[in-house]
Amino acid sequence: MTNLAATPRLGKGVKTAYDRTRESHVVLFPEGVLVLNETAAAVVGLCDGRRTIADIAARLGEDFAGVLPEDVAELVTRLAARRVVETDG
Amino acid sequence: MAEAPFGLLAELTHRCPLQCGYCSNPLELVRRDAELDTAEWCSVFDQAHALGVLQFHLSGGEPLARRDLPELVSHASGLGAYLNLVTSGLGLTAARLDDLRRRGVDHVQLSVQDADPGNADLIAGVKAFDHKLVAARLIREAGLPLTVNVVLHRMNLDHVGGIIALAERMGADRLELANTQYYGWALRNRAALLPTKEQLRQADLVVAQARARSRMEIVYVIADYHEAHPKPCMYGWGARQLTVAPNGDVLPCPAATVIEHLGIENVRDRPLAEIWYESSAFNAFRGFDWMREPCRSCVRKEIDFGGCRCQAFQLTGDAANTDPVCSLSPERAKVDLVLDTETGPAPLAVRKVAR
Ligand SMILES: C[S@@+](CC[C@H](N)C(=O)[O-])C[C@H]1O[C@@H](n2cnc3c(N)ncnc32)[C@H](O)[C@@H]1O
Ligand code: SF4
Ligand code: SF4
Repeated sequence: MTNLAATPRLGKGVKTAYDRTRESHVVLFPEGVLVLNETAAAVVGLCDGRRTIADIAARLGEDFAGVLPEDVAELVTRLAARRVVETDG
Repeated sequence: MAEAPFGLLAELTHRCPLQCGYCSNPLELVRRDAELDTAEWCSVFDQAHALGVLQFHLSGGEPLARRDLPELVSHASGLGAYLNLVTSGLGLTAARLDDLRRRGVDHVQLSVQDADPGNADLIAGVKAFDHKLVAARLIREAGLPLTVNVVLHRMNLDHVGGIIALAERMGADRLELANTQYYGWALRNRAALLPTKEQLRQADLVVAQARARSRMEIVYVIADYHEAHPKPCMYGWGARQLTVAPNGDVLPCPAATVIEHLGIENVRDRPLAEIWYESSAFNAFRGFDWMREPCRSCVRKEIDFGGCRCQAFQLTGDAANTDPVCSLSPERAKVDLVLDTETGPAPLAVRKVAR
């Protein structure tokens, strides 16, 4: 799983958008589209290459109840597997 | 009801400076004077976007052969969609690419025939290899993400290690190694293209090793004739993507023109949303109700959707049959016969196409 000190950023060639048809945030990348739920969209929006996983979890905690850094790390791991986000190491 | 599509494959033209023997485009190409014009394509993009399409693949033929490509790119990108330019790279210059990037191209997919220059040009039917090197450099210099696409077959499978090294030298972010799908010219050239089992076995090893060490993402599309199960057809017919041919025909899959009596409709005659949701062509193989045995009661039907409808039609004469590459298909023997008889030496016919 991704380290809590990692600073994820959007992958190369990845764009985020809001899709009115599906009323959802989406990430667009060379081979596809991912429709995000509200939490995932908030996480992706905070992956700026500077914030750590711990920072992202803390920031999310302001808007959502019960956000654990481990949950954010797991989500980032899944997004990294699809090359939506990149983390070093 | 069907869900909204995510992607549009826009085949802007069938014209192309290359003559690839493996080309999956139809034997009968749309002529220039039958192509949709600029305003018609813009309307297709608007309608597709309104329908829910988020990703536009601008392809062909060679999309750079359309003089109005910059306008089309501006229009599509103005809708906020993801723009993927699918190109042979011929005709790409620093100035053209810079203009296209400014107008909103997000990603470029560049096709390459082989790592061996002479063999690459033989496969392409024209001198193309050096242009690919230039195109890759320009794409990298423009800072655009690059996918290199290489169609694999008997004439280049043994070079797959060199092909991976070439893609790395080109600075590709992704490499798609796609075994030939047998439609259009490729089907005609099948006897010259079908790989041997041994070639595939070797290539599998090389690809697995490269995957473990390369910084590139390597996507490998299997050679379905040699497999026990088919590839998933479009992730479901009329489920995620649609294709608009150069003349405005709307297709559930780029190869679907081969299926007779499918009732293909055209954007010049009917709105895109109606064609997607209501046309008989799009509803013919949607979901699972159309399936026969062995697919109907098979656990894999939600994984592979019974395979490819176009292949079922081409090889068995009925598009509603199980894809005959499936080991459970009663017609699998036809594929085995092809494998037994078509992997010896055979000449490659070059694709004849207007430039
Ligand atoms: C038909 S081409 C059109 C775009 C452009 N002319 C090119 O070749 O890159 C679209 C993509 O399909 C790939 N392709 C062509 N024939 C194929 C086949 N028989 N099987 C699998 N992929 C194929 C090409 O390599 C290219 O990436
Ligand atoms: S001939 Fe080659 S370059 Fe032209 S459309 Fe077909 S695959 Fe693409
Ligand atoms: S029988 Fe049909 S669903 Fe089952 S594996 Fe074969 S093609 Fe797929």
